[in-house]
Formats: sequence, C-alpha cells, structure tokens
Amino acid sequence: MSDAPEPRRTAPIFVERQSYRRRRLADSARFLPVLGLLLWMLPLLWGLDSDGMSTSDALVYVFAVWLGLVAAALLLIRALGRGGDAPQDDGEPR
Amino acid sequence: MTTLNALAAISVAYVLFLFAVAFVAERAARRGRGGWLSAPIIYTLSLSIYCTAWTFYGAVGSAVRGGLEYLTIYLGPSLVLIGWWWILRKLVRIGRAQRITSVADLISSRYGKSNLLGIGVTILAVVGTTPYIALQLQSVTLSVEVFANPQVSDVADDRLTAFWVAAGLAVFTVIFGTRNLDANERHHGVVMAIAVEAIVKLAALLAVGGFVVWGLSGGVGATLARIDASELGLWEMNGGRWVGLTFLSAAALLCLPRMFQVMVVENDSDAQLRMAAWAFPLYLMLMSLFIVPIAVVGLEVLPKGANPDLFVLTVPLAHGQQGLALLSFLGGFSSATSMVIVAAIALSTMVSNHIVMPIWLRLRAGSASVSGDVRHVVLLSRRLSIAGVLFLGYAYYALSGGGEALSVIGLVAFTGVAQVLPAMLGGLFWRGATRMGALAGLSVGFALWLYTLYLPSFGQGTVLPMALFSEGPFGIGWLRPQALFGIDGLDPLMHAVFWSMTFNSVVFFLVSLISFPSPLERLQGAQFVNVQIGGGSARSWSGGLAQSEDLMVMSQRILGAPEAQALFLREARKQGISGHLPDPTPDFLEILERELSGSVGAATAHAMLGQIVAGQAVSVADLMAVADETAQMMEHSARLEEQRSELTRTARQLREANDKLTRLSAQKDAFLSQISHELRTPMTSIRAFSEILRDAEGLASVDRIKYASIIHDEAIRLTRLLDDLLDLSVLENGQVSLNLREGKLTDTLDRAVAAALADDGGLRLDIFRDPRSEAIWLNTDIDRLSQVFINLISNARKYCDAAVPRLQIRVGEAEGRTVIDFVDNGSGIAPEQQDLIFEKFARVSDQKAGGAGLGLAISRQIMTRLGGNLSYLPGQAGAAFRVTLPEARALAAQ
Repeated sequence: MSDAPEPRRTAPIFVERQSYRRRRLADSARFLPVLGLLLWMLPLLWGLDSDGMSTSDALVYVFAVWLGLVAAALLLIRALGRGGDAPQDDGEPR
Repeated sequence: MTTLNALAAISVAYVLFLFAVAFVAERAARRGRGGWLSAPIIYTLSLSIYCTAWTFYGAVGSAVRGGLEYLTIYLGPSLVLIGWWWILRKLVRIGRAQRITSVADLISSRYGKSNLLGIGVTILAVVGTTPYIALQLQSVTLSVEVFANPQVSDVADDRLTAFWVAAGLAVFTVIFGTRNLDANERHHGVVMAIAVEAIVKLAALLAVGGFVVWGLSGGVGATLARIDASELGLWEMNGGRWVGLTFLSAAALLCLPRMFQVMVVENDSDAQLRMAAWAFPLYLMLMSLFIVPIAVVGLEVLPKGANPDLFVLTVPLAHGQQGLALLSFLGGFSSATSMVIVAAIALSTMVSNHIVMPIWLRLRAGSASVSGDVRHVVLLSRRLSIAGVLFLGYAYYALSGGGEALSVIGLVAFTGVAQVLPAMLGGLFWRGATRMGALAGLSVGFALWLYTLYLPSFGQGTVLPMALFSEGPFGIGWLRPQALFGIDGLDPLMHAVFWSMTFNSVVFFLVSLISFPSPLERLQGAQFVNVQIGGGSARSWSGGLAQSEDLMVMSQRILGAPEAQALFLREARKQGISGHLPDPTPDFLEILERELSGSVGAATAHAMLGQIVAGQAVSVADLMAVADETAQMMEHSARLEEQRSELTRTARQLREANDKLTRLSAQKDAFLSQISHELRTPMTSIRAFSEILRDAEGLASVDRIKYASIIHDEAIRLTRLLDDLLDLSVLENGQVSLNLREGKLTDTLDRAVAAALADDGGLRLDIFRDPRSEAIWLNTDIDRLSQVFINLISNARKYCDAAVPRLQIRVGEAEGRTVIDFVDNGSGIAPEQQDLIFEKFARVSDQKAGGAGLGLAISRQIMTRLGGNLSYLPGQAGAAFRVTLPEARALAAQ
C-alpha cells in the first residue's frame, strides 16, 4: 500500500510545467522552517567573541528574521493557493 | 484611583460581553448563518490561547530575569506554524478524517484505539495542566491586588478572588463548552469569544508597548539606546537553553491539550491552516515586540524589588495612566480566562471519553443497547470534569500558596506534555510505531519527568527530601534527580528535557521495533501515515452479526434521536433500502463508529460498537478485504495496461489497413490507366488499317488481306482482353458459379498440355511428367482448373529463356495438401518482381508481350475460388509456380 514498487515504476518521470512549479513551491514550503531554524540558531555563535552583542542589535536581528519568515510564508501560501486548490497532487512518494 | 469595586464591575461587564459574543456566535451557527465563524482569521486568533497570562505578564518578568530568553517561547511555535507543510497539515487532516476529539484520542486511535494509552495521556495532561490553571488564577489575583492595594497583600482575599474567577470560568465553560456533544459541531461560541479576547490582549500589550516606546522613551532609536544602557544591555544567553526552550515550546504547541483543541479539533478546513501559517507567527511577533522595552523601562522607573511579572500593569499605573492600566488588566484577564476555558474543555473531553465513559460502560457491561439517552451521561460527565479540573486548579493554587514556585511551572508543564511528542510524531510518520512502544516511551518519559522536574519543582525538601538531591536515592549517586548518570552542572530544566525526551524516544523506538502490532493497530497506522492517499478508515467490523436496531437504539442515545435517525435514513438511502434501517455493512459500521467517536472518542465508540457487533473487531477476512483492495488496484492498473496495448494494436492495424487502402486506390488508378492503354492499342491499329482499307485506292489484294487479317487479329485480341476482364471481374466479385465434377488429374493435365502446345507458332517446350503421381481423382471445377494449367504451361512456353526450354510438372504433397509444381529451366523471376506477377497487367518484361498480363491474376483468382492457391515457388532451377489443390476435393486415387 505505501511503498509497493508498482505505482512508482509506472509514475511518470516528467510532469507538466504547472505541476512541476507546484511541487517546487511545496519544496520551498518545506525548506522555509529549516531556514528559519538556522537563522534563529545563529545567536548561539554570538558571545563566543569576547565583546558579545548588544541586546538591541540582537532584538533587531531576531525580529527582522521573524518578519522575513512571515512575509516569505505569506508569499509562498499565496503562490500555492494560486496554483489551484489541489491538495491531492502533492502526495509525492516519500 | 480605581477602586476594587469598579474593577470588579468592569470585569463582570467584560465577562458579560464575552457571554454575549459567545451567545450570538452560537445562535448564528445554529441557524446556519455561521459561515463567518469558520473564517481563517477567527481560527488564527483562536490559536492565541497559546499566549496565556503566563506569557502576557510573565514574559516581561522573564526578560528581566533572563534577557532575550523569553523569545524562545515564541520562536518554537512560529517555526512549527511556518513549517505547517511538514506536520500540521497532516495532523489537521487526520483530525478531520478520523474525527479526533483530543490529543489523548489521537494517540489512542492511532495505536489501535487503545484505551490504556488514552488514559495515560489523559493523566499526563491533567497532571501537566492543573498547575498551569493555578498559574492563571494566580495571575488574575495578583493583577487585582495591584489595583486594590499594592502594599498590603491579603491571602484570604486572594483566595476569594481566585475562587470566584474559577467558579465564573466553570460556569462559562459548562454553558458554552458542553452545549453540543459532537465535537465536529465545534464550539463556535467559545472560539468566537477567544478570538475577541485574542484581539483584546494583543491590543493591550501593543498599547502599553507603544506608551513605553513613544510616550516614555521618545521613539524607537532612543528606546534601543536605553535598552543597551540598561542592565539587559548585553546579549548573554545560555546556548543550551536557547535551543532547548525553542524545541520545548515547539513540542508544546503540538502536544498541549488546549492547543490541540483549537488547532486540530476546531479546525474544519485547510484554508484556516494556510492563513494561520503566516498570521499566527505574526501575532506572536507582535506579542513579543515590546516586552524588552517594557522590562527596561520598568526596571528604571519602578522601585527595586517591584515584581517584574507585573510591569505591564505597574508601569502605566506609575505614570497615572489608569485607562491604559485597565486595558492591560483586561488583556491579562483575557489571556488567563481563554486559556482556562479551552484547557478545561480539552481536559474534560479527555477525562469523560477515556476515563468516565469506559468505567461507566464496564459497570453496565453488555448494556450498550439499552434504551435511554446516554448523551445526558456524557454531558454530565463532561460538566463534572470541567468543574473538577477547575477545582483542581484552584486547590493547587490555594495549597501552593501562590508563591514563586508557580512561576516556573509553565516550562515544567511544557516538558510534561511534550512527552507525548515521540508517540505523536512516530504515529504520524512511522507505520512501525506500535502501541507497546508508545506505552513504554510515554511511561518512561512521564516517570523521568516526574522524578527530575515535576517533583523537584516544588522545591528541594518539600516533596522530595533534601538528601535525595545531594546523595541520590538510597545513596546511589548517579540517580540524583538533577544529575542523572553523575552528569552534574546542567541546568535542571534542560537536564530534565534532555533525559526524559531522549529516553522516551529511544524506548519508544526500541520497543516498537521488537513488539508486534495487532491487526487493528496496523490498519490505523496505515491510515494515519497515509492519510493523504487513502481517505477510508479501518475496515474493522464484520457486520453480519450486528443488529441494526440495536445500533439505532445505541446511536440515538449518543447522537440524539433526530440526528441518529437522519444518519440511519441517509445510510439506508445510500444502500438503496427504502426503510429506516440500513444493513450493518462494514462501510456503514465504519461511518457510524466515526460519528460516535466524534462524540465519545474513538476508543469508547469502538468499545460500544463492539458490545453490539459481536465477534472480533478485526478478522483475517477484513485484512483480506483490505489486501483485496490493493490487489484490485493492481488488477485495475494491469487491465488498463492491457487495454492500452490493445488500443496500440488496433491503431497499428488501422494504420496498416489505411496503407493498404491507399495502395489499393493507387492500384485502381493504375489499373484504369492500364486498361485504357490496353484497349487503346488494338483499337488504334484497327482504326488505322480500316481507314487504309476504306481510303486507299487500288490496294493490292495481298495487302488488303494482310490488313484485314491484322484488323481481325486485333479484334480477336480485344475480344480476348475483354473476355479476360469480364472473367476477372466475375471471379473477383465471387459471382462465378462452379461446375463441380469428378475427374482425373492426369486427364486434366493431358488436356491442358495439348491445348497449350496446340498453337504451332510458339517455341518448342519439352514437358516432363510423372504419370504415376498424377493418378489422383479430383472433385472440382475441372475446366477452370485446366484453364489455370494451360495458362501456366503457355507462360512457360512464352517466357522461358533457356536454349532448350523444359518444363517439369511435379505432383507432390505439402502440409497435407496436394500440390502441383510447374518448374521450367529458365532464368526465373527476380525476387522483387515475384510479388507483382500476380497483379493485373503485370508483365515481367515487355519484349515478348503476348498477353495483356491478366493470365496469372485470373489463375490466382480461380484457385482462390476453388479453395486452393497459386503461388510463386522461389529457389527452384527456373521460374516455378505451385498450384495447391483444394483440400477436401483432392481424393486419393482409387
């Protein structure tokens, strides 16, 4: 049922351009939290230096990342929504 | 100065306003005008119960004590929401598909509807949430205290306030949280009230923040400078806590019962999630935006020793901003109440579905089909559970004395509920996760949490003796609660998070690997993991034994009579039955179970149905049925494949037919032009010579005779051509009538040879025959057959280019049929022309063109009509033709 080799063998290697775009959008939706995690874990490296970081700079950095992530998520979801409401076609084999 | 009474009046007015909002929303939903209630924005706002009073007031306190560490509590959930595609999308889909009612129901349902797991998660949730509720009550009383008299604190008064708040919340929750039973109908009133409260608390915090930044500090730049100048000015972060708390808050967002309630249970479309995925992180960002400025200004303007947890209130008060302080108070009040309401609903659902109902069913074993409305039992148990949960919270608050111990309880509770995470994620993404694994992982995680974090959180020497922390139990040093395995010096919280989650996950994984799941577990596992692919649920009932009427009785008691009757009627219609009772097919039982589980949870619904539908829940036959579906799918695809190749074949045949038709058409054209040419040639000479005879004067009689005989010959040739054409057309149209009679092959050949050689004008041709093999009786159209022979012999005579032309006539047998081969000793026919010679007007060479080129075409047509065949036999000495005689008519010589 889940990973029988049958459907995979007959699945097309190439999909039409629109589906391809949609899948790549889904990929970016998957990637965004990873990016967010990386950026927000950057503060771990501050303070290794002797000077350290001022709180105001840290605040600005964290909130800038936050705003960027929100904007990126909004754009991505808009783009995904434009590609038609087809929640079924993203069921790629894991 | 706002008096306590005024504050009470405002609070009551605010609560009444919330009542009104909930009431209006509930009524709109019931009248079917509640479309706007499912708007994504409402859903997003309802998620804000993540921000409780602990975060509303406590974030500033946390910032004062730990710098930017408070941010992690918001960063984790933001990441989970931004990564909605990974987990949340699947979670809400499963929640909708399986009609999940709570986090305990999710775990229990995933692992084979195990009620033991349901009870375990429920207990964990109650233990983790009760202090949290106490914390909310404390925050409300503290904030009231600020207004009443900041200097004097009266414990009895506090308790009274807490009690009334708890009681009021219980009433609100009972009224709007248990109005309807089916969780799928959702708590529109509550969700709407929460959404309003979400706006209030955000507005309050933003207002205070704005006042601090622009009113007190003089703008953004000045505020940033002020922050750097303060004691919080330097980034000093414990990296472990930064990572650990981010992880912990992310896990808590998924596992907290109240978050699960608003995020999964109350969700009814993907669109809601899509908006929340960006809007909720934005909300969290705004909530945390002004925390540090408030903390910094509070530290500056307020006297040393002021409670930083209340800066949000005390900073405006210290500047005489009564209105702002009041708004802030309402914000905190909103945070506390909305959290308590949803937590109480979530917990009461879990307690009633996983603890009360199973006990009730057990006590009245076998009586699930007794009539009487069981809804009252369920609703009553829920109401009592709500009251019980709130009372527990109050009792916890009263007993703990509302001290500092409470303020750390937030993260302790997070760690507790996060123990569900391995079983939850494992259940969503790994089909190999088993009930035993989940049970073992949860138990180990829960035990470690209790030992390393929850019990120590009451303070060393209160619940656990001091000696335990320094010496370890029974003097075993490496079992010290805050230094397991002798690893010392860790932050106690991170120590507990690390060890409990690690052991939980590892045990869950290992036990899952070595245990074997039951059939029901495997089915549920497949459905959860593959939720996007297959919408169907477990085929868990073989319905033959179930009595529809019993089911009806039971469903009426749980769903309510009209609802149950409507459901049964709908299903009966679907099955094409005119009555009210559908057949208890597996499909129907599955739908029914899902409906029931929306009311009482998967495990209870399963158990109740099990009482009526006797027999095993999952039989081998059911598994076979599921396997069959796979087989059917494969068969279906194989059939498609087959059809595809058949279509390809047909297309190829069509293409060939088309080619042939095109060729035939070309042939027809060629034929027409050929025939006109053939007719024209003799006509031309006839006309020319008859003109000479007519016009030329004094023609010698020799010449006249010569010309006349040319005309005569040409006329004969024309006649023969026309005869041949007629013959061919008759043969081709199948209109020929055969004159069947008996005859000997020898005689036929004799006659044919004689006729073919009769004309002396031609070349000499020696013919070799074997009379013995020719002694065969035939029953066919002898005349037609001899016509073929004559044609072949005269062809040999005409075209054989050997010096001494010879023709051999051999009679033999091939493939069980009599064949007669005519082989001459000439140069034969070139391979590329062997196909053509049987076509009309086909002549191999023009040099000795004696006939019109119809002979072989006619001969072949004759043989086909007679049921035999005429073909060219390649690979002989010269040109060779094989006549295959018709089968049945070739009789052995007598």
